[in-house]
Amino acid sequence: MTTIPVQYYLIVAAALFCIGLAISITKRHFIGMLLGIELMLNAVNINLVAFGRHDPERLSGQLFALFVIVVAAAEVTVALAIILRVYGRFKTVDPDKVNELKQ
Amino acid sequence: MEAIIFYLFSALTLAAGLFILFSKNLIYGAFALFLAFLGVAALYVLSGADFLAVSQIMIYVGGILVLLIFGIMLTQKKEKSDDSRRHNRIEVPITRRIWGILTGIGLFGLLVKVILSSDFRMAGEEMSTKSTIKTIGVELMTTHLLPFEIAAILLLVALIGAAYLALNRNPTA
Repeated sequence: MTTIPVQYYLIVAAALFCIGLAISITKRHFIGMLLGIELMLNAVNINLVAFGRHDPERLSGQLFALFVIVVAAAEVTVALAIILRVYGRFKTVDPDKVNELKQ
Repeated sequence: MEAIIFYLFSALTLAAGLFILFSKNLIYGAFALFLAFLGVAALYVLSGADFLAVSQIMIYVGGILVLLIFGIMLTQKKEKSDDSRRHNRIEVPITRRIWGILTGIGLFGLLVKVILSSDFRMAGEEMSTKSTIKTIGVELMTTHLLPFEIAAILLLVALIGAAYLALNRNPTA
């Protein structure tokens, strides 16, 4: 069906992962960090799907990617709830300024 | 033909990622994330995962991205100004930007070196053109039944936790 070797997918996924890592390091905003984490999770899913292409009977890679999507959805809801609570208490979304446990 | 589409969507995804990295305004970044998710869904289709691509669009674009945009809008700065460029602005110190980009480039170089030097030997045959939905359904209900149930419980726990955290806004009152 396809002619694209698996290494191409791996390189694209590696680039996307590194961009996500750089985003979550550079952004001084909680939600900016979440954007980077979502990109990293997507990059890992590309790897899983690219290898799962060679497993057409059991599709382990695609199933694993499905579970990763479920965990990402759960993670982002709880993270947003926590961010809103932190914003309500500290009135900031800069992770550098939230450096005390109690205000 | 397929290679052209692959390069096109890879370039779209990576360009959207780089735009998020360099954009100062977070809401533009969230909209660029939309493009990145679409590109990733197209890469799923190209590697034969049709069901996963549709779930990607439904869950990420329809759910997670809307949640993130809600989060950005609910955490606005207090002072309002007429200058539209000041909303959602993130000031990034230049040292942190340099360190972040250096870390990303370094890890990318390492990963590319590993990928190019490794010799993958594929055991199974390539996927045929048939749909993957039947296989995914059967596998979820047979071999992967326990992870499936655990994922259901995880989603329930996340739902309750998020609702509790969001409800109890002012615990001192």
